[in-house]
Amino acid sequence: MTPEALTEVEMITVVIDGFEVTVPKGTLIIRAAEKLGIQIPRFCDHPLLAPAGACRQCLVDVEINGRAFPKPQASCTIPVENNMIVKTQLTSPVAEKAQKGIMEFLLINHPLDCPVCDKGGECPLQNQAMSTGRGESRYEGVKRTFEKPVAISTQVLLDRERCVLCARCTRFSDQIAGDPFITLNERGALQQVGIYEKDPFESYYSGNTVQICPVGALTGASYRFRSRPFDLVSTPSACEHCASGCAIRTDVRRGKTLRRLAGEDASVNEEWNCDKGRWAFKYLSSKERIATPLLRGADGELHEASWPEALAAAATALKGKRVGVLVGGRATVEDAYAYSKFARVTLGTNDIDFRARSHSDEEASFLATAALNAKTTYFDIDKADKVVLLGFEPEDESPIVFLRIFKQVKKRALSVVTVAAFASRGSQKLKATLIPVVAGNEAAAISALEGLTEKSVVLVGERLNESAGALSAVVELLAKSNAKLGWIPRRSGERGALQSGAIANLLPGGRPVSDPAARVDVAAAWGVESLPTTAGKSTAEILAAASAKELDAVVVAGVDPLDISAEALTQLLNTYVLSFEIAHSAVTAIADVVLPVAAITEKSGSFLDWEGRPRAFTKAIEESLTRSDLRILSMLAYEMGTPINLPSVAATAREIAALGNWDGAKASFTPAKSNKSLKLAAGEAVLSSWRLLLDLGTLQAGEPNLAGTARPATANISQSRADSLGVAEGEAITVSTARGSITLPAHITAMADGSVWLARNSDGSQTIATLGIVGGEVVSVVKA
Amino acid sequence: MTKLTPVLSAHWDEADSFTIGAYKRHGGYGAVVKALEMEPDAVIQLVKDSGLRGRGGAGFPTGMKWGFIPQGDNKDHYLVVNADESEPGTCKDMPLLMANPHVLIEGIIIASYAIRAGYAFIYIRGEVTHVVRRLQAAIAEAYAAGHLGKNIQGKGYDLELVLHVGAGAYICGEETALLDSLEGFRGQPRLRPPFPAIAGLYAKPTVVNNVESISSVPSIINNGAEWFSAMGTEKSKGYTLYSLSGHVANPGQFEAPLGITLRELLELAGGIRPGHQLKFWTPGGSSTPIFTAEHLDVALDYEGVSAAGSMLGTKALQVFDETTCIVRAVLRWTEFYKHESCGKCTPCREGTWWLVQILRDLEAGIGTAADLDKLLDVVDNIMGRSFCALADGAASPIISSLKYFREEYMQHLTTGGCPFDPVASTVFATAGSR
Repeated sequence: MTPEALTEVEMITVVIDGFEVTVPKGTLIIRAAEKLGIQIPRFCDHPLLAPAGACRQCLVDVEINGRAFPKPQASCTIPVENNMIVKTQLTSPVAEKAQKGIMEFLLINHPLDCPVCDKGGECPLQNQAMSTGRGESRYEGVKRTFEKPVAISTQVLLDRERCVLCARCTRFSDQIAGDPFITLNERGALQQVGIYEKDPFESYYSGNTVQICPVGALTGASYRFRSRPFDLVSTPSACEHCASGCAIRTDVRRGKTLRRLAGEDASVNEEWNCDKGRWAFKYLSSKERIATPLLRGADGELHEASWPEALAAAATALKGKRVGVLVGGRATVEDAYAYSKFARVTLGTNDIDFRARSHSDEEASFLATAALNAKTTYFDIDKADKVVLLGFEPEDESPIVFLRIFKQVKKRALSVVTVAAFASRGSQKLKATLIPVVAGNEAAAISALEGLTEKSVVLVGERLNESAGALSAVVELLAKSNAKLGWIPRRSGERGALQSGAIANLLPGGRPVSDPAARVDVAAAWGVESLPTTAGKSTAEILAAASAKELDAVVVAGVDPLDISAEALTQLLNTYVLSFEIAHSAVTAIADVVLPVAAITEKSGSFLDWEGRPRAFTKAIEESLTRSDLRILSMLAYEMGTPINLPSVAATAREIAALGNWDGAKASFTPAKSNKSLKLAAGEAVLSSWRLLLDLGTLQAGEPNLAGTARPATANISQSRADSLGVAEGEAITVSTARGSITLPAHITAMADGSVWLARNSDGSQTIATLGIVGGEVVSVVKA
Repeated sequence: MTKLTPVLSAHWDEADSFTIGAYKRHGGYGAVVKALEMEPDAVIQLVKDSGLRGRGGAGFPTGMKWGFIPQGDNKDHYLVVNADESEPGTCKDMPLLMANPHVLIEGIIIASYAIRAGYAFIYIRGEVTHVVRRLQAAIAEAYAAGHLGKNIQGKGYDLELVLHVGAGAYICGEETALLDSLEGFRGQPRLRPPFPAIAGLYAKPTVVNNVESISSVPSIINNGAEWFSAMGTEKSKGYTLYSLSGHVANPGQFEAPLGITLRELLELAGGIRPGHQLKFWTPGGSSTPIFTAEHLDVALDYEGVSAAGSMLGTKALQVFDETTCIVRAVLRWTEFYKHESCGKCTPCREGTWWLVQILRDLEAGIGTAADLDKLLDVVDNIMGRSFCALADGAASPIISSLKYFREEYMQHLTTGGCPFDPVASTVFATAGSR
């Protein structure tokens, strides 16, 4: 809570078990008691869900103005009042007996399968049965039994016998995620959580229900029966999947990550995360992981090599050569800094870019100015009078940002406007006003936006660079309205890489390369005479130069060439490739030297989330022999004779902190013009696309249970196009370019007639690989 | 027959009593004209002055409930009539709606006018198809005659009346569960506050009243508050429907002033069935603690019954003679509550599940005196611990039967089974058998 919010709230003093406690008005008794260190047992209560009062475990005696309630009250439903006296189980025999009675009821139908239950050892029911239960049951009857388990989705399994019907999961799905796909069915002791027959629990946030289940009723399919909580070593971590910045917890047993949970951070993800962040970690222990350096031999094959061998070979190949560096969007702040320093100091070039995706010069200028200086946070969303989404689908591209907006939509009907091809399910849940655009025409739509104030929040996705002039229109809009900007890339490393100068036009700390004073600043800190002044190349330019033999070598770190373009891999074939990778990939397959690096759980470091907020994490797996990129770069630089002196993550972090941020003259934005609208013939449309949260992304590999809840790909068209094609909802249509075609079921939705939309990287719908484009270009659309 | 005060039931014996013609023949829809010429607040005041209290069981003053609706709030207001009569033994609203549906409709118009509602709903239980059809027909008649819809009887007041048929759940008689069900959700009680008067149906200010309460309103408008409050006792004013069922010679509905005793009602009903004696009875349906012959002279008004340790409830007097096994009767009721528990809260859901198993054992003669203590202790953990009053209702018959008939429970345990012949308690049993 911000200090300003605190002063507005009236404070109330109550007496609980004889102790006075002062809390803000509206605080529930159970929460006020916590403040005194008095733990009232509970199941259905959850601080982020609306009170239910269903389990009745938290009964206490309450008296207001000397008048006692005739019966004990659920402390999770009653806010404190002045002159209230509360007696919990500690001082009221009635409350104590009531609580023991409820616990006995909860246990009569609960199976005694704790020894095989995932929750055993970290189970609120188990713990509170110890504190509030009786040693032996008085129940001599027949326990309720159900078939177990029931799969309510591919990743969540329901054991109805264990369920205490607290309704946390159903309330979470309805109130927090907006996916009311699970409900309570039946009644009495046969009441149970259920799904609609034809609509399984396909929510991007379903894993949270497993985490907040106070018993072992909901379990994750991938973790079920794998481990006991007391065998796990837990490490607070940061999620590497997107720029939302979730705090997470990594649970490791004997060097292997067995599960990840949402961590708590009230400023960022509260207590939630998305299913990708929770369950997409099998890539960490994939058989494709690389354990030793690899050198391509005379036979054209990769062979295992020792570190000195591999470093010597790489050093020889790079020393004194023209080299470009592709950093990728998943580097930590420290690793990105090391690449930046390595490029400038050791390679003597500005040819470095973290953008392993579509990009433009307009974007580079936007990033070095507006994005770099954006100070917008989650709290600004909480207080916004309007949220505008530009080239950004929060549910798919930054799921916790979605939850934060959704919270305000639920709470106070926050107005949301989206400039997009169509209203996605996320936009529908946000009740967003759709401004439908044909890809390429975003600039005009953005310029036409009205009614923004300094309390409005404009969230720009990285994809907006795909529409020429759109980012320029954003800059104009911000200047006109004083609205707040949030630039939200998809990947966790991009904001940090920008800050670290892993891009041609910036040095670390946001220093413009073009500014001599900034160069002097950094050169002095790095102890070198000067830094390269030649304008650097972007990702596409590096690839083109490599292909044209204008570069001798390219350092490629954690990049999937198909994220950039269909030609990217081919463009690397003519050059020397040094690959920094965690696992075998398309790049390692053509690389000359492969240097294995540590994956997220094997190293320390930090990300900057979209707000620019540091998300530091430490090693979850102590036993790992792999090293962070910066350590290897440091060894390589030493081998090449121009050291960068970054021996450890901690040392690098210290150097970054010492260097600080640029306080000199800021770069100014160079606007770009938008392209003219494309002319369409009959049977043609302009393609739009984005990546769905769950798709064929590399980091989601090896987790079929997660993939099972991915939304199926469709080809979205308008009603009038459907009519002219003569297709009905669900009938197949084919979208083609000269390169290839994609055939999918049509989904008819409100969108511009000139538009067709495809998922960018889903099963059966990979626009870059198949069509060679991401959007903004003409495709043909025909009935299949 | 001096004790009877037939108002609602005055013309039930006429063959066409349920038609609009018959209703009008006896002055029906006259009260509406009178009420629509009054200020809405004056109608509320009149009902307050009459002392009418809710006839659905809790006895909350009806006029006061109407007065809780915030006025001038620019929100829609709703009147919801609770016709989900499902309590074992309770049989007053259904006969009333069968024989005289128009009195309810007239009461609805007046009540809706008083609370400034433009929509009213009747939530009726789904099993009573014949009553549903009569009510549907009556509503259609009322619309056709201009008593419902736009500009009612030319007085410039609009009201739409919707009959909603429930799917047969006892919990939907609980007013907030009823509202959830009416909104299309599964019927489960809502957390209060907010109370329905502030945020009820569709989160709008809502009055939920029992059929009989609303049906009593036209007579108050016609005859005045003094006429109404002249009947009954000091704090329980007016007339009401008492429903006698079970082992009585002439079961049925008896409309009498509040405060009549069972002894007087039994006289009117021809006494206990021939050859038998009263053993126990419920004053207001199965969820009110039972009484015995020692309570024959308890005044059947809100205060009198409460002082004697029970509740007036719905004035459903289920009468049992000496052929009835108390354990069996209590088990049947408990099975009902287990079946009807909505499942939302733990003590009701799990408690009733357990109670049935204990009582089945006891009826079969399995157990010891310690099991009776356990039963009482389990009941103590249910009573006053649940989300709504359903579980309290389930606990009442057990506690009260053990209070009066503990010996009979023990008899089951010592003889190893039920000492009663279940056939003897049926209506088709030969008089005097056993």
